[in-house]
Amino acid sequence: MNRLWLRVAAPMAIGILVLALWEAGVRMSGVPQYILPAPSAIARSLWVDGPSLMGSLLVTLRITLAALAAAAIGGGMIALLFSLSRIVEISFFPYAVILQVTPIVAIAPLIIIWVHTPFLALLTCAWIVAFFPIVSNTTVGLNSADRNLLALFRLYGASRWQVLWRLRVPTALPYFLAGLRISGGLALIGAVVAEFVAGTGGTETGLAYRILEAGYRLAIPRLFAALFLLSVTGIAIYLVLDFISRRLLRNWHESAAGNEEE
Amino acid sequence: MHGVAKRFGSGLEALAGIDLTVSRGEFLSLLGPSGCGKSTLLRIVAGLTPPTTGTCRMGVDHAPGRIGFVFQDPTLMPWSTVTGNVLLPFRIAGRAGAEARERALAAVRAVGLAGFEDAYPHQLSGGMRMRVSIARALVTDPDLLLLDEPFAALDEITRLQLNDDLLRLWERHRPTILFVTHSVFESVYLSTRIAVMSARPGRIAADLEVELPQPRGRATRTSPEYGAMCDAVSATLAQAMGA
Repeated sequence: MNRLWLRVAAPMAIGILVLALWEAGVRMSGVPQYILPAPSAIARSLWVDGPSLMGSLLVTLRITLAALAAAAIGGGMIALLFSLSRIVEISFFPYAVILQVTPIVAIAPLIIIWVHTPFLALLTCAWIVAFFPIVSNTTVGLNSADRNLLALFRLYGASRWQVLWRLRVPTALPYFLAGLRISGGLALIGAVVAEFVAGTGGTETGLAYRILEAGYRLAIPRLFAALFLLSVTGIAIYLVLDFISRRLLRNWHESAAGNEEE
Repeated sequence: MHGVAKRFGSGLEALAGIDLTVSRGEFLSLLGPSGCGKSTLLRIVAGLTPPTTGTCRMGVDHAPGRIGFVFQDPTLMPWSTVTGNVLLPFRIAGRAGAEARERALAAVRAVGLAGFEDAYPHQLSGGMRMRVSIARALVTDPDLLLLDEPFAALDEITRLQLNDDLLRLWERHRPTILFVTHSVFESVYLSTRIAVMSARPGRIAADLEVELPQPRGRATRTSPEYGAMCDAVSATLAQAMGA
């Protein structure tokens, strides 16, 4: 209990301290607002531009969540396919790696040229960034089934499908969820990068483009406000995924069970 | 069903020309030092590993569920409850109906885990997990029960308790039991016959009948015959390892 309180209070105290120093530093040194705005100016901008920024946030969030869902489903499917056939895994895994290591900023212009619907283009970019952790984690998970349990399944005459559904998939679940938590953050990054490249992306403006725009106009408080909203979104996505994974693993997995006893 | 007859012979490293016949209803311990191929032998009997040479014939039919296997680790599915784990053989066979559920619950009670039917493995102690593993092996009422050093990782108190429980279960259902162990005392206490194995390559060094009265219990452990038998088996084992 005491530790939980400390866990919330200690980082809060650091945050408040840094904000106070920042505010005081800006006021005393007289740094112009277009270089470094004071936290109070950012807060004001957040209040004034809030409604329009929230609209942009929704655009970015929609792309992020769609990409994450596509990554979860697509990544899970690809991993299942890999686990079913060693040949398929060996043949395709290197290409998944290539897709992962090629910087998305470099491929994004191509994708935006090829895919005409702006939403789909951005979704594709975010998906490419997000799907790999799920594929690689889930593939490892599907191959980590306990050897003795595998022997036991064979002893009782289990079919391939039974081994997959009753043993490999449950074994892979914690791996999949760990991948999902990483992908949540990556999907947001992918969406932001794609928006940077795509510009307005049609009729709707995402948060990333608002950041670019604010930069051009030297509206630095608004830039910080948008940045703040992006960070909060990233944290929220992580917390939601963490909560889901704890709920699912509560009954059996060390990572979830251990923390509950604290 | 006829007597269970098996005959082995396998590759160079693990096992060398093992001939062994086990009768139905017998409680046979395979006693030997670590690395003498006891576990390999058990896996061959279970049909999990094919022998390099030689054959393993058995009078019981090889249908799923006729053989129960208990590993050194409890080998439970952590995402499944006690009942779910014990139900596994039925679920694989595609008949997890009410009757299977009844039998699973009965098996859970038979190993002394009444009240823990819906617990998850991580909530149980090591001994209790091993009981779940035994319940799962027994739930199909197998003709042949294979145990691979099931109690090696447990503390002494739990181990003695589970020894007695295993004896009671054997007396009630009389399956043929092949019990791998490296404990002389355990093998003498439990079995009707002990096959002493030597290491690298594994072979049967001696085949001893244990003629202690049934049913066995606490009195057995303190009887002079038990002591004498342990002594004899220890000597045989030492000889086998020296050879």
